[in-house]
Amino acid sequence: MALPMTDIPHPPSRPHAERASALRLRVEDLAIARGGRRVLAGLGFTLASGEALIVTGRNGAGKSTLLRALAGLLPRLSGHIVIEGAAEAEEPATLLHYLAHADGLKAPLTARENLEFWAQFLGEEPDRRSLSPAEALERVGLAHLSETPVAMLSAGQKRRIALARLLVVFRPLWLLDEPTSALDAASRVRLARLMTEHRALGGMIIAATHEPLGLEDARELALGATS
Amino acid sequence: MKYPLLVLFLRDLRVARRIGGSATMGVVFFLVMVSIAPFAIGPDPNLLARIGPAILWIAALLASLLCLDRLFQADLEDGSLDLFHLGRAPLELAVLVKCAAHWVTTGLPLTLAAPFLGLMLQQEETALAAVTLTLLAGTPALTLIGAIGAAATVTLRRGGLLMALLVLPLTIPVLIFGVSAAEAATGGTVSFAAPFAILCAISLGALALCPFAAAAALRSAGE
Repeated sequence: MALPMTDIPHPPSRPHAERASALRLRVEDLAIARGGRRVLAGLGFTLASGEALIVTGRNGAGKSTLLRALAGLLPRLSGHIVIEGAAEAEEPATLLHYLAHADGLKAPLTARENLEFWAQFLGEEPDRRSLSPAEALERVGLAHLSETPVAMLSAGQKRRIALARLLVVFRPLWLLDEPTSALDAASRVRLARLMTEHRALGGMIIAATHEPLGLEDARELALGATS
Repeated sequence: MKYPLLVLFLRDLRVARRIGGSATMGVVFFLVMVSIAPFAIGPDPNLLARIGPAILWIAALLASLLCLDRLFQADLEDGSLDLFHLGRAPLELAVLVKCAAHWVTTGLPLTLAAPFLGLMLQQEETALAAVTLTLLAGTPALTLIGAIGAAATVTLRRGGLLMALLVLPLTIPVLIFGVSAAEAATGGTVSFAAPFAILCAISLGALALCPFAAAAALRSAGE
């Protein structure tokens, strides 16, 4: 897909950017049931720092279920989800970002207030790889709307603020459920660039999608063949 | 150093202030309930003075219930609830903080309005003070017990009525000891301290137990 790359100013690279210590996500023999029905079974893969995995499959194949289970929001029937290389005390849930269909934004609050809340709620020690809310809004091209209540914004703009949430707190694993939904072509280019930068910082990405994301040498996990 | 629970508290207060409905709605509902009671019971001052604390308590109970159904539902709909799981703070504490913010925006205004509404029910100074004090001690328990119902019905589109059915029976002890403490203050055989101490104990027990029950309900709602 040809995307216009010229009209978006290239953002400055992050100061003091450094790679995360090498992490490795290992999923073994994962089985998940929803509503008494076994949705996924015998699923296993590994993902190392800097790698990306695209989860594909028809509607209802279990893409969102897999991401929710990886985020720790669904109980597992069997199997392990381990993040190797993290400190002992780290809960897996505090090492990941989860971008679901809902954007996690409060409509009465402004874009900046929403991002400040998530930055302080999710963030712990200051991390040089985390951006300030103002910088993150700039990276998604919404700096001019930072003082606008989210209720006034379009679906695509809300989606971009939700993407900015991933930037205000650095977490190595991004779980993206249909990240391109409601995004226009220019925003998809921005998203592709954000994902590339995240991988360059040593991050990992697992994205469930029906559309090309512009990720280079991403592996693909096709669901539905086994169930 | 950052305080995730403090920012959650402040966010909920800010959202409540921007929306502006919940506190005013609760207090107006309280006012309407207390105002229509004399129409049903009759304008006899002695009767109103005697049953005034009970009317105030029932009205406060229903008013606080009215505001509760959106406690977690708004967070579920906009996706915040899933993200609470990813924070470092346990979900139980997040629930407790949300209840605290909810009480500040609904329970506290009801308590502050009670002495003024009590004047409409022929309450004397002692009775006004006693009702206000019991509401101050008892409304946190109403919010916390209500949080269980709000969490259990969070995925239901129109769970308000079901929540009321679930929560009202559980609030009976709060009502009994709240009203009996308020009435004991204006005379009677029981001292004020005994029922009031039990009321405080119920609130403290709710403070310790309800966040766990509500968080468990929210976890299963996310599955």
